[in-house]
Amino acid sequence: MDFNSSEPAAGQALAEQPVAGQTFAAEPVVGPRSEDELPDSATAAVKVVIVGGFGVGKTTLVGAVSEIRPLTTEETMTQAGVGVDDTLGIERKTSTTVAMDFGRISLNKELVLYLFGTPGQQRFWFLWNGLFDGALGAVVLVDTRRLEVSFDVIGRLEERGVPFVVAVNSFPDAPTYPVEELRGALDLPPEVPIVNCDARLRTSSRDVLMTLMHYLHGLAAAGT
Amino acid sequence: MSAAGQEWEDESPERLYVITGGRTGAADTFSLDLVTLIVAKTSPRPGAQPEHAAIMRLCHSPLSVAELSAYLKLPVSVVTVLLGDLLADGRVVARAPVPPAELPDRSLIEAVIHGLQQL
Repeated sequence: MDFNSSEPAAGQALAEQPVAGQTFAAEPVVGPRSEDELPDSATAAVKVVIVGGFGVGKTTLVGAVSEIRPLTTEETMTQAGVGVDDTLGIERKTSTTVAMDFGRISLNKELVLYLFGTPGQQRFWFLWNGLFDGALGAVVLVDTRRLEVSFDVIGRLEERGVPFVVAVNSFPDAPTYPVEELRGALDLPPEVPIVNCDARLRTSSRDVLMTLMHYLHGLAAAGT
Repeated sequence: MSAAGQEWEDESPERLYVITGGRTGAADTFSLDLVTLIVAKTSPRPGAQPEHAAIMRLCHSPLSVAELSAYLKLPVSVVTVLLGDLLADGRVVARAPVPPAELPDRSLIEAVIHGLQQL
């Protein structure tokens, strides 16, 4: 064995693989792991949007149910989409791109569900156009310590006609309210489901998606 | 230079401009959704633009536009332009997402519910 070798051990070499590239051409593109590849039978995809304020647990929820490690896609703020005033309104933010985390669930051989987490603040609504077009529905993830973000989001979803359910992420130090009190506080119509969840748990996050799907099924059955 | 100018420099728009040949996203051609699945029909052509070749390699199995954007580390709007080229040349095919309409379809929702139950 050559103790003086400058070659890194195999494990080290793996750990030093580039993870975040700034220049495209300089680095090889790392694609999905082979076990993350979709079968060729995958012919159709649907999407659900998880929307909420920063730190409310969107990515946690996505990661809890996703079959792949959540990925990040970035969208650029264009001058056409956002006025100068809006850009200046982002305090101390120097980036002009916004990241969206997303995950994936293969529902069967043909059908794939994608879950996108997107920030709820008004200044990020420029992301919503491509995101909500064709989306089955949305989950509004709520932190009871910061309900104010949810008001705007709920109003905006109602305007766009996007069906949604409200999921309250149970943070240990967050105050808990009876569901009906929250419904009043958020000014939600009686038919919109509100559920409590722990976004860290697969079963709990899955149940949130189930609640949305049963709600959508009811809407479809009612022909609304 | 204003703070706003600084932002753009940080994001290196020149690089993105070069990759797309100065074209911006959402050109008339194809309507690509974040979850449109892209599949390569052929191998990358020798001498193809590196970004085109990278897409072709990634799409040997179906991959959504969003996943392509994530793996290529390029904005969705840029990926869309590149895919437009490849679609026009018939080098990749797009499997459109469902539902294209506003109304959720009951049987589709039932398929989703059934799939989630397997989790």
